[in-house]
Amino acid sequence: MIEEIRKVVAERLEELDGVVVLRKSSEGVAPHLFRKGDDLSELEIVPRYPLMTVVSKLHKAFPDIRLGVVARGCDERAFVEMAKRNQIDPERLSIIGFACTAEEAQECYCDEPYPQHLVVGTPPPPGPPNPLVAKCDALPLDERRAFWKHQFLKCLKCYGCRNICPECFCEACAMEDAAWVEPGLLAPPFPVFHLIRAMHMASRCVACRQCELTCPAHIPLTVLYDLMRRDMETLLGYVPGADMAAPPPLSVTLDETPLLVGTSHLE
Amino acid sequence: MEYKNILTTCIYCGCGCGLYLETLDGHITGVWPAKTHPINQGKLCIKGWNAADFVYHPDRLKTPLIRKNGELVEATWDEALSLIAERMGAIKAESGPNSLAFLSSAKCTNEENYLVQKFARAVIGTNNVDHCARL
Repeated sequence: MIEEIRKVVAERLEELDGVVVLRKSSEGVAPHLFRKGDDLSELEIVPRYPLMTVVSKLHKAFPDIRLGVVARGCDERAFVEMAKRNQIDPERLSIIGFACTAEEAQECYCDEPYPQHLVVGTPPPPGPPNPLVAKCDALPLDERRAFWKHQFLKCLKCYGCRNICPECFCEACAMEDAAWVEPGLLAPPFPVFHLIRAMHMASRCVACRQCELTCPAHIPLTVLYDLMRRDMETLLGYVPGADMAAPPPLSVTLDETPLLVGTSHLE
Repeated sequence: MEYKNILTTCIYCGCGCGLYLETLDGHITGVWPAKTHPINQGKLCIKGWNAADFVYHPDRLKTPLIRKNGELVEATWDEALSLIAERMGAIKAESGPNSLAFLSSAKCTNEENYLVQKFARAVIGTNNVDHCARL
């Protein structure tokens, strides 16, 4: 698999300014920008980092460059929602998609462990649904509240869930606004702190699971976001990351006129 | 267009979490937790996530400051170290070694912290040693 990816990256580097993917060195593995002529034996695809955030930074800093990115299904879904909000220029990005392994799909409870632009690998069977979601659903309201209260009490307020999220790119964050979240309190106010983020993720969360992986308190954040994604699909028929042409429902007016999304902070 | 992630160790406490400083053309643009680091395994606390924020902060101290006539004035390291040696020697001679204390830091390396306590105990002669990481 990885040899095939290296081959495709080498081909694409003939015409692109660079390809974003992971690089393995003696120090560890981190996001990297490979250029033409670089040693591609260092190219790596594990562990997962939110590579579309790197693409977004590079696109904003260098308005003329054309990039490639080696992407999993969740990376591609993140790209779709970021492009809709003007964080990535789809005209300047070439996606080299590859399929996750069956084990990875299981581990992530991922129902679409491959990208639409699949270049390398074959789609594995989808992972099973997260059993905690069904468990939460079955709880009576007061017990469900107690469950989340217990989880959110563990929060260290590191903002890691927000920082690592490819879809969290607002310049002013409500989670840092003293009107919503009183500074200096640990654990953060229940439940507003986590629910602000959950609400803001409503038409954005692409189930990449980065938030849960980076949470030092092991809060099962994807349960919260799985439920939010389910509501978006059943109530509004919207699946984040699935369709570039579908306008995000929270970014259209009641008569379905699209709002100018993602541009409010851009001069 | 030079994009690099440079592995370093969080400076804020003794845990030693691994993090990458993300740079674009030599300018720090962010922090990534090191997912392959054995200590933190891709997690950071709020201090680690913001470990690079002071780098370009306008209030950052870049030289030692010496209080002269009630005001802090920028000084050279030679000037500062000479003053410290002179005053430390005088205070020790006047009031004894236990009138001095040494505060070290989690931002220093193990070796630097070893030297601080060694200096306190062997050179000055006091056990008054403490540090900033007793949070």
